[in-house]
Amino acid sequence: MNLAVNASEHSDKYSFEIEGGNFNAAGTVSTRLKSILKQMGLPDDVVRKSAIVSYEAEINIVSYATKGTIQFSVNPESVVIDVWDEGPGIPDIELAMQPGYSTANQQIREMGFGAGMGLYNIKTYSDQFDIHSEVNKGTHLKMVIHRNSDKK
Amino acid sequence: MKLSEVRDLLQAEVIVGHEKLDIEVKTAFGADLMSDVLAFAKSGSMLITGLTNTQVVRIANVLDIAAIILVRGKKPPQETVALAKELHIPILATKYILFETAGRLYAHGIVGCLEKVESGSERI
Amino acid sequence: MDIKTIVEKLNLQLRSAADRLNSSVTGGYTGDLLSDVMANSHAGDIWITRQVHQNIVAVATLKEHAGIVLVNACEPAKDTLEKAIAENVPIMVSDLPAFELSARIFNLLREKE
Repeated sequence: MNLAVNASEHSDKYSFEIEGGNFNAAGTVSTRLKSILKQMGLPDDVVRKSAIVSYEAEINIVSYATKGTIQFSVNPESVVIDVWDEGPGIPDIELAMQPGYSTANQQIREMGFGAGMGLYNIKTYSDQFDIHSEVNKGTHLKMVIHRNSDKK
Repeated sequence: MKLSEVRDLLQAEVIVGHEKLDIEVKTAFGADLMSDVLAFAKSGSMLITGLTNTQVVRIANVLDIAAIILVRGKKPPQETVALAKELHIPILATKYILFETAGRLYAHGIVGCLEKVESGSERI
Repeated sequence: MDIKTIVEKLNLQLRSAADRLNSSVTGGYTGDLLSDVMANSHAGDIWITRQVHQNIVAVATLKEHAGIVLVNACEPAKDTLEKAIAENVPIMVSDLPAFELSARIFNLLREKE
C-alpha cells in the first residue's frame, strides 16, 4: 500500500519521499510520523501538532508539487520537520499564508481540500516556522515543535 | 453518550468498529472541508462528514478522532474501510443529512467542539 | 419560519439582501462540497457552509435556497458579496461551528412544527 513512501531511518532522523498527485497514498507519511513519535513516548500534544503540520505539508506536496520529501528528527528540546518539494513554487508567500487564499482546482476541492488554510495551520501549530520558495523550482518548509510542555 | 447510542439515534450502520461501540463520545465536528477539521476539531470528538475518501480516515488518525459518522446515506469505498480497520477508527453510516444528524445529536446532549486556534498557544 | 427569526434567535450577522428577511425557510442543508449541495439540497433550504468563494451564490440561486450562513465566523470573499448583493441572496455569518449552528436551526424548525 505504501508505494509512494520510502522511509530510511538513520539514527533518529527519518526521511520519506512523496509522490505528487498520489492522493491515495497521501497521509501515509504523517500517520507513520505520528506512530513513531508516539512510540518514542513524546507527549500527546507534541505528537498531535507534529502530525498535523506534517499532514498539511504532505497534502500540499501531493496537491501541487511533482514530488517532495519530509524529513524529521527528534532532539531533547524539539521535533524538527523539514519539507522540500519540486514544483511550481509560491510566487507570493505572504498571500499564500493568508487563511482562505487557495490555488486549488475543482478536483482538489471536491476531495475536501483547497480551503486555503494549509500554510496558516502549519504556522499556527509550529513553535517556529520558516518558509522559502522559488518559482518553477520548489518550496522548503521548516517546522519546529517544542517538547517543553508540561502537560500530557 | 456511548457510540452504540449514537448508532441507534441515527439508525446508523456500523461499518467499522463493532468492538468500539462502548466508547463515550461527547462532542462532534461537522465538515466536508478537511482543513477546518485540522484547525478546529478536538481529539476524542466525532467527525461528521459526507466525504468518504481515505483522507478522512488519515485525518481522524492524525487528530485522534473517536469515530467517523458518514452522512447522506454515503457508503465508504473498500480502501477507506480497510484503512479504518487498520487504524482502528470506527465508521458509522447514517441516511440522515448532516443538518439533521447534527440536530438529533445536539438534542441528546452532544455539543460542538470548536476551539479557536491562537498562535503558539497550548490549546492542544 | 422566516430568515428574520433565525437571524434574531441565533445572533447571525446579515451581510446582504436585507429585503429578503421575510423569506420562508422550510429546511436546512449543511455541506461544503458544491456538487453534493447541488444534488441534494432543496428550494427553501437555509444552506450552512464555510465555503466563501463566489460559486456559492450561483448554487444558492440555482437551488433557490432561502439564504446562506457562513460558519466559524468566515466572511464572504469580496466578489462573493458583490454577487450576493447583485442577485439578492441573503448571506449571513455566524461564529458558531457548523455542527452547533445546524443543530440549533434544525431544532428551531422542528419546534415550529
